[in-house]
Amino acid sequence: MIRTVAGRRYNSRVVWLSLAYAAFLLFAVYGFKHHLLHGPIAYLSAVLPALPIIGIFGAMGRYLLEESDEYIRMVHVRQTLWATGFALSVATIWGFLESFELVGHVESFYIAVLWFLGLGVGSVMNRLTLGTSVDC
Amino acid sequence: MENRLRVLRAERAWSQQDLAERIEVSRQSVNAIETGKYDPSLPLAFRIAELFEVPIEEIFVSPSRHSSKAI
Repeated sequence: MIRTVAGRRYNSRVVWLSLAYAAFLLFAVYGFKHHLLHGPIAYLSAVLPALPIIGIFGAMGRYLLEESDEYIRMVHVRQTLWATGFALSVATIWGFLESFELVGHVESFYIAVLWFLGLGVGSVMNRLTLGTSVDC
Repeated sequence: MENRLRVLRAERAWSQQDLAERIEVSRQSVNAIETGKYDPSLPLAFRIAELFEVPIEEIFVSPSRHSSKAI
């Protein structure tokens, strides 16, 4: 595991965004379960848990801009490209399977989950091809 | 890209970590450059050359020159 200053900043941002995600999700689930949210507030509450996830994508972009070690940055870029390719490929395959009614419907926010899983795939691919993997 | 980084480092009895600290990169970066898995940017190549006080081409072998020698 490689820790750079930019990597530590990224980790800190992700921890805070994850806490915000958990708080917003609990709020939205509680509000909808108890029929407390209506009208524009309902829309806003439903979108709230998505915002920290978007923030994590932004944190990754900011990390890539801040990382001063060019090799480590390149390893991270490769990892995120693998994650993006993995998530889009699985989502595309699933979309066609779903449209031909061969599999059930899956909520689209799982594409973000696939992307995070894809970071793991990217880490393994970096380890296999470069002998280096980074986790931040 | 082929290079003499390992030789130059060994001449000074520096570890990869020592060199990494001197050029302000990670040890993994030094290892990747030494083994030819990663070609450094021009600014980093200059930083390395200035540290060892030699021209860049005394550290890094031009790929075109290397291939023409092979022919």
